[in-house]
Amino acid sequence: MGVVSSKLGNLGVVTTSLEDAINWARTGAMWPLLFGLACCAIEMMSTQASNYDLSRFGMELNRASPRQSDLIIVAGRVTRKMAPVLRQLYDQMASPKYVLSMGDCASCGGVYNNYAIVQGVDEILPVDVYVAGCPPRPEQLIHGILTLQEKVKTERWTDWIKG
Amino acid sequence: MAITPVAQPTESVAKWEGSVEELRGLVSDRAMTGETLLLNMGPHHPSTHGVLRLLLELDGEQIVTCMPDIGYLHTGIEKNIESKTYEKGVTLTDRMDYLSPMSNNMVYCLAVERLTGLDVPERAQAIRVICLELARIASHCVWLGTHALDMGAMSVFLYAFREREFILDMFEMLSGQRMMGSYFRPGGVWRDLVPEFLPALEKFVDFMPAKVGDYESLLVSNPIWIDRTQGIGVVEPEEALNLGMSGPTLRASGVNWDIRKAEPYSGYDRYEFDVPLGEHGDVYDRFFVRMQEFRQSIRIIKQAMKALPGGPFRSQNRKFVPPPRAELGQSMEAVIHHFKLWTEGFSAPDEEVYVSIESPRGEIGCYLHGTGDNKPRRVHFKTPSFMHISALGAMSKNHMLADLVGIIGSIDCVLGDSDR
Ligand code: SF4
Repeated sequence: MGVVSSKLGNLGVVTTSLEDAINWARTGAMWPLLFGLACCAIEMMSTQASNYDLSRFGMELNRASPRQSDLIIVAGRVTRKMAPVLRQLYDQMASPKYVLSMGDCASCGGVYNNYAIVQGVDEILPVDVYVAGCPPRPEQLIHGILTLQEKVKTERWTDWIKG
Repeated sequence: MAITPVAQPTESVAKWEGSVEELRGLVSDRAMTGETLLLNMGPHHPSTHGVLRLLLELDGEQIVTCMPDIGYLHTGIEKNIESKTYEKGVTLTDRMDYLSPMSNNMVYCLAVERLTGLDVPERAQAIRVICLELARIASHCVWLGTHALDMGAMSVFLYAFREREFILDMFEMLSGQRMMGSYFRPGGVWRDLVPEFLPALEKFVDFMPAKVGDYESLLVSNPIWIDRTQGIGVVEPEEALNLGMSGPTLRASGVNWDIRKAEPYSGYDRYEFDVPLGEHGDVYDRFFVRMQEFRQSIRIIKQAMKALPGGPFRSQNRKFVPPPRAELGQSMEAVIHHFKLWTEGFSAPDEEVYVSIESPRGEIGCYLHGTGDNKPRRVHFKTPSFMHISALGAMSKNHMLADLVGIIGSIDCVLGDSDR
């Protein structure tokens, strides 16, 4: 309604709060970082490909640069060698930034309780949403993303100042 | 012509890892004076297919040295398998080469079977062949999609993943999981084919050849694709053998080596198929060979489907294979076997075996050393991606930086496979 009337030159008025407007914008176009670690990344690719089509949720653009992305999907096992790189990528992202931990390995180390794997990416990054599964199905990942969007929608301006 | 150094060598190099001296001998001396540029590609780079890091020495856009640095995905899978019973090890092998988990299952199960002398019924062998070839097609779909995506052909990715989803759905019917099914077990497969599997498979072999034709029509005579792939990353046959290549990457150089033919396993000698070969050993030929492999895999599946034998789907040797649930209520023996196998597993002799099979990427081998007890002493996997990544330096010499992306795509490396 708003769009049609504005195209006709009849600009309507929408009243909303700043928080709602900004949260709406943030959820609607959240660009993930093009970043995959292991097997889970293949399911992440499936999620973006034809059958599951993640673009329906405003995520068709995967940015290869952390500077241009809002969300990092940690898809796969994080090794001790990779951990500093991952932290650096996170630090390079501009706020507001979100972290989704995809799969058992990223969430808690999964079956690999050994010398090589960081036992959960939350040891190095603040995680917003955990998605379980080895690998999680695309539907599970989409559910995780929707959960994250719900979370973002409830953010208050006081959170922005803190974050 | 005098070249002005672009960056102060001490500054740019020192940031890399402590001292410049560490690089001496690895890169050319020109890098030491700043005449050539050292560039770090990865581990986070969209076209390195995972977490591969390459240290490049560039003269303008030309690659002087390319040094792969792996280990960003080292998971300790081999070590973990040592602390598991033989059957539990299968689950971990799934996660090595995550584009075709079935091949990993296969090589590990073959090694366990050879170590223990366990038999595999005919039906299980045929089911395994069908699954392995489906896995090959699924893996090639991912390779094709991402390879084309790296080179700027976006739409192939969407088409290839559509067909891959169909295969994953079939795997889900069989094993309950899309990717990491652990469907193969020592002595056969986890369960028999479900009734809806064969009709789905029939549908698949009917429509798939046309889809392969679709992919080809998008790329084979596409001038941009040809320009970017022909004559790039050429490997001569002898060089390919010296570099330890295998699989389609080796066959693209014209070497006729396919383990399915050379050392048939799981009854591959019963099926008729050709081994596609390339001539020039460049990126285009590697692409071409894999495209032909799609067709050959479909051919094998068709034959295996038609001649699918009846009988048990898993060995009946109760010392190794747990009895079906239904038997537990009737036989005390069955209860004992069930309890023994699920608590401590079976034991294997203190001997060593090496088995290799043809995975979609090349020769994947499993070295297994038993202890006489229920856990292995040492498990080691010889993986194709490891070999191919180490060949990157030789393949990319004197090429443009942009061609490196094509070369990486053409060897179809999976970092989980190389690092384990
Ligand atoms: S959770 Fe499973 S599928 Fe995901 S990276 Fe870990 S092992 Fe791979």
